[in-house]
Amino acid sequence: MKLRTNRKPVVPIVTGIPLAIIAIFVIASRWIVPNATRQDIMTGVTSPGTAGHLFGTDQLGRDIGQLAIAGASSAVVGPIVIALGSMMIGILLGTFAGYMGGWLDLLLSKYADLLLALPTTLVALVVTGLVDGGYWVTVLVLIMLFSPTDIRMVRGSVIAQTSRPYIESAKVLGLGRLRIMFRHILPNVLPVAFSTMLLNVAFALVSMSALSFLGLGVGPGVPDWGRQLSDSRNLLDRNWGSLVLPAMLIIITAAAINLLGDWLQERYEESSVPR
Amino acid sequence: MDTAHSHRRLTQLLSRGALTRFIIVRLAATGLLLLVLSFVVFALLHLTPGDPARNLVGVRNVTPELLQSIRDKYHLNDPFMNQYLHWLGNVLHGDFGESIRNNTTVTTLLADRVMLTLQLSSLSFALTVIVAVPLGIAAAWRTGSALDRSMSAASIVGVGAPTYAVGLLLLYVFGLWFNIFPVYGSGDGGFDRWWHLVLPAITLASGLAAMVFKLTRTAVVAELNQDYVAFAQSRGLTRRQIRSLVLRNAMIPVATSLGLVFAFLFGGTILVEVTFALQGIGSLLAGSVTFKDLPVVQAITLLTATVIALTALAVDILYYAVDPRVRKRGMQ
Repeated sequence: MKLRTNRKPVVPIVTGIPLAIIAIFVIASRWIVPNATRQDIMTGVTSPGTAGHLFGTDQLGRDIGQLAIAGASSAVVGPIVIALGSMMIGILLGTFAGYMGGWLDLLLSKYADLLLALPTTLVALVVTGLVDGGYWVTVLVLIMLFSPTDIRMVRGSVIAQTSRPYIESAKVLGLGRLRIMFRHILPNVLPVAFSTMLLNVAFALVSMSALSFLGLGVGPGVPDWGRQLSDSRNLLDRNWGSLVLPAMLIIITAAAINLLGDWLQERYEESSVPR
Repeated sequence: MDTAHSHRRLTQLLSRGALTRFIIVRLAATGLLLLVLSFVVFALLHLTPGDPARNLVGVRNVTPELLQSIRDKYHLNDPFMNQYLHWLGNVLHGDFGESIRNNTTVTTLLADRVMLTLQLSSLSFALTVIVAVPLGIAAAWRTGSALDRSMSAASIVGVGAPTYAVGLLLLYVFGLWFNIFPVYGSGDGGFDRWWHLVLPAITLASGLAAMVFKLTRTAVVAELNQDYVAFAQSRGLTRRQIRSLVLRNAMIPVATSLGLVFAFLFGGTILVEVTFALQGIGSLLAGSVTFKDLPVVQAITLLTATVIALTALAVDILYYAVDPRVRKRGMQ
């Protein structure tokens, strides 16, 4: 533990570079690769390094590299919305449950128990599959599935704050409950909430691309990493680029976000341990 | 001496009564959970867009007579609660209805597939335990060492790495490039079957191993920070004696979480089975969802939930029975 204090912030630098590149792809893909989905049946499948196609093309003659750049936004935007949405639910319900207790607390913990009784992938697959959900329905379902853990997390940190002296004095001063909850307790919960949110983005990214790998979520023809991977299964013998590029993009993005979230969490825990 | 003895007897008796009570309460809670889940699973039929009867017919030609016969067969014109109770009664007798896609009962369909999923789960579970637990202990024993730091970073990457991407990469490298392992399919039984399961099992184990590594490391580190360890050191116990003490205590939380890991493994095989084209429960679920084969979806969802709930129950009871500290807390 002592070793860590004097080290340079390696983690933010190492993870920041790939994340910055992905962010550029998300924001500017329509200008970088305006013709990503252009089909060229005459070309068909080509292997990596074919003139003009660094990672080759798929069975419709689409450039794998351009598709992957265009696919960044569907890979990242949904998960960010999921993490934000479920944390908003988590903060609202978790703060009330943690500070007020009572039947709301009981009800929320039972709801969390019920949702945690099944693997996320299974529930997401069944629900989105049966309702024929598009991209945003999938996002909504995953917000519902992610919120119980966020509620629990916020609830736990709120309870930890409630016993601290500054809350006691706020009560003595006669401040209202809402004011104590959202002006005094909440700012102390936000740092943990933020790092949890980052970890959730990574988890949501993997879940969403898993669903599109199974043929759910994004519509056909929309550039998406999970769908690219699913398509690549038929191209393995002719174009390895169609597999390696999207696979590495998903793995690297998820890993970078996870490492950053973990680093933030650890840093926060080290600084907030009461001594 | 005598009073001390009788006091101990009393505590034992008390704790045994508490254990029975604990088991009864947990059994009731599990039963309730499954009941609620069965209700939700049944409601899927009505939550799915479209006419339930039409959904149950599938893509067959629909005549009004056929729809009527389906409605009669599944009691779709009855009140909702009656339909549910009827369905639940059948389910409790092992009857999940007929598959829409294949013209067989859901039960036979599941019986054909369940073996593979069990084999895949057990193989990857064994791999996970053999690799992750010793590594977790080693890392905890030397926190901050190169081994600990690299393994911890690897586990963060591993936990987040999507199974299908890892699986396809492994498949490409070892199946197509080096041509060591078979690429697709379930093999022809016996050894061939296990040989076909090696790559899928490694894929599934990679994510799990990362999780179990973290769990083990945390448990051992927490145990090493306990006061009794410092006391044992100051009393001059050897490293080896201390190690056996610490490990015995740390393995309790590890073993209990392993139970839950196994249960979730059962539901987590979906992606791996689809990636490697294995004919198991997971790929059956994925196919049935896309095809809207509702009876199969209901059966698999409910079965998975039951397996997970029962494992959680067993784990809780074991935890309670094994760890005197938990027992004490439960009594108060």
